[in-house]
Amino acid sequence: MTAELGLAALWLAAALALLQLALAAMALAGREELLNGVRPVAVVQAVLALLAFAVLIRLFVVVDLSVELVALNDASTKPLLYRFAGAWGNHEGSMLMWVAILGLSGACVALLERRLPERTLVATLGTQAAIGLGFYAFLLFASNPFQRLVPAPAEGQGLNPLLQDPGLAFHPPTLYLGYVGLSIAFSFACGALLTRQVDAALARAMRPWVLGAWVFLTLGITAGSYWAYYELGWGGWWFWDPVENASLMPWLAATALLHSVAVLATRDSLRAWTVMLAVVAFSMSMIGTFLVRSGILTSVHAFAVDPRRGAFILVLLALYIGGALALFAARAGTVQEGRTFEPVSREGSLVANNLLLSAILGIVLVGTLYPLLAEAVTGEKLSVGPPYFNAAAGPLALLLVTIMVAGPLLRWRRDRLAALGRRVALPAGLALAALIALLVAAPGVRLLPLLGLVLAAGVALGSLAPLWGRNLRRTPMFTWGMVIGHLGVAVALAGMASESAFTRETLVALAPGQTAQVGPWRIRFDAVEPIAGPNWTALEATLQADRGGAPLLLKPQARFFPSPPTETSEAAIATRWDGQLYTVIGKGDEAGRWQLRLWWKPFVTLIWLGGALIAVGGVLSLLGRVRRERRAAERLAWL
Amino acid sequence: MALKTIRWLLWVPLILFVGFVALVASGLVTPSTHEIRSQLIGKPLPDFALPPALPAKPGLARVELGQGKPRLVNIFASWCVPCATESAQLATLKRAGVEIDGIAIRDRPEDLTRFLGRYGDPYARIGADRDSSVQMALGSSGVPETFVIDGAGVIRLQHVGEIRPEHVAGILAAVEAAK
Repeated sequence: MTAELGLAALWLAAALALLQLALAAMALAGREELLNGVRPVAVVQAVLALLAFAVLIRLFVVVDLSVELVALNDASTKPLLYRFAGAWGNHEGSMLMWVAILGLSGACVALLERRLPERTLVATLGTQAAIGLGFYAFLLFASNPFQRLVPAPAEGQGLNPLLQDPGLAFHPPTLYLGYVGLSIAFSFACGALLTRQVDAALARAMRPWVLGAWVFLTLGITAGSYWAYYELGWGGWWFWDPVENASLMPWLAATALLHSVAVLATRDSLRAWTVMLAVVAFSMSMIGTFLVRSGILTSVHAFAVDPRRGAFILVLLALYIGGALALFAARAGTVQEGRTFEPVSREGSLVANNLLLSAILGIVLVGTLYPLLAEAVTGEKLSVGPPYFNAAAGPLALLLVTIMVAGPLLRWRRDRLAALGRRVALPAGLALAALIALLVAAPGVRLLPLLGLVLAAGVALGSLAPLWGRNLRRTPMFTWGMVIGHLGVAVALAGMASESAFTRETLVALAPGQTAQVGPWRIRFDAVEPIAGPNWTALEATLQADRGGAPLLLKPQARFFPSPPTETSEAAIATRWDGQLYTVIGKGDEAGRWQLRLWWKPFVTLIWLGGALIAVGGVLSLLGRVRRERRAAERLAWL
Repeated sequence: MALKTIRWLLWVPLILFVGFVALVASGLVTPSTHEIRSQLIGKPLPDFALPPALPAKPGLARVELGQGKPRLVNIFASWCVPCATESAQLATLKRAGVEIDGIAIRDRPEDLTRFLGRYGDPYARIGADRDSSVQMALGSSGVPETFVIDGAGVIRLQHVGEIRPEHVAGILAAVEAAK
């Protein structure tokens, strides 16, 4: 019965999305009296979509095996957390989560947004409804999560063991909040193009929503990177896998949007460009969803390979993205370009930021699609690996962080290079000192990591420069947000460069009692023992790591899951203040020796610490902006 | 910049996107080659020798397969739920005269005895593959899987997943064809 309740809620939500779209269209066509009807419909639609999602979660938690999706992805032997998270660890469930969050985004706009002109808001909610409608249809006609299975099996098949991890339980919801949250900016842009109201007020209204989605996206990517790092057991933190790229592309576009929105809100420049970025950011989210869900690009993350579903999503993409871009092409020409500015100015640096981010986005997109392109042209199957991405995007990214230091120190409209030079003298000096220190202390570091370390030092100091000479208690919260966000970039860059420059790795075959050396660590292999967990068995090695001081105990496991039968590698990671020791156990041989992979990764944790700082910066910015808007509104009410 | 050039530029994103859709659509309609085909079909079995999984039954080695008669090699484990559901089909195949050997993956004798006691024992021999090495060598990624081996020791069929009632006829046909 429960499953049917979920399905009914989903149908009703779809019907309400249709109603929302129709009301918005009629209201904009002149039936002004309908304007007030759109907001409540959006809220009820969200409640129904969330109800359907809650029903699916319940089915997974109680392991209702008469539902096909549950039987295929759940098992009563799984711990509660993974039964819960299993609801979105599969194709249908994750799509349902997608539309539930889309509904939620629309409801948030309907309830909270007070700054947009009412007609633009209604056009925005109409756009949201149109997007929702297509994805509801996809769920109802092509991937119904509530499909019954007759007869019900005695036991389910379980969740992919790689996904049975606490980090993974909350990684997809976070990432999806970011992906789908960008739909708000997309709908704002379409709404404003429809009502021809692209101006600074639109940017001010859009900014908190972009910031919110961007924070979730940042957190999701950071968490996903850490998950891949410790769960896949390959020792890397970013693989340029299509699914990772699918999350990076919207992030790049959203980061560019975040900065161009600032220009539009403050200086009323870059109108058409900002609107296009708002369209592109969410388009990248949808393209990412499509690439992952269609199985058109093979990846470790892809769930189901089903070309019919792929075709369905592709049609939706063509409609929404094509429609929005056509609207942009037709209307953006009529948008008055805002105020002008000199190249050396805050605006100029933000334009450079936008161009570089767009170029990196283009590089990632081309690299991700290149295998498809090559197959279409030459019929060859190939993949593009880290060498391409690192070599093409790396230098641009370094240039970008350099501009990131200069930007906040420039004045709006026009500034002088000499003045900028004085402001960045101290960070530049620090970077130079770091360069000399590195060349002396650690010769032989490759160019890109070397530049990364040098820049990280300069950027870390330079990102704090906007605070110099300010009364810190009176500094607005969003300035703190920017400073901390930029500092986070420097911290993450330091971690990436240090990992790349100083990682030590060894692969050894040891018998119990033998030792190996990796970096400063001496590692003794004590024993291998079988152990059992709630739904797995494992071989667990005991290692003692020592570099003077108290020895560390590490227990990497090779886990074996019976349902579905899969082996996973559980790396044992010891975190010290100056890096991580990363150990993986491999296969044993007849002579009783075991393969061990050992890494010493100095300061690798800074990568994710930096990611978290960037997100914290986003949150502070968001709170600061919302607070200032509220104060301004109160002042207005007082007058 | 002249206003006309800007107008024209505004259509560029849409044109690029149309190109993307065309590319991806062509990728979707070209027949997918993602399907995993067993690489080992038509190839002789790799060499292996597994110790007995139970004291009362012989183990399984490469030399015992391919001695003139086709045989089934069933990869299973007592901890595997689908393996229990295919026991009835294995019994049917045995009644039809098919000789079946088993490879028990990461199993313990006491669990195995209990499993065979409950679901029946169709196996002539059971080899113990404690670290999945033979399973890997056979190109099998999970349990259960079933191989049809012909009289010359060549792999004729790899059935991935449990044998459901509707699969029995196909497996029997493969055994016949391997004679």
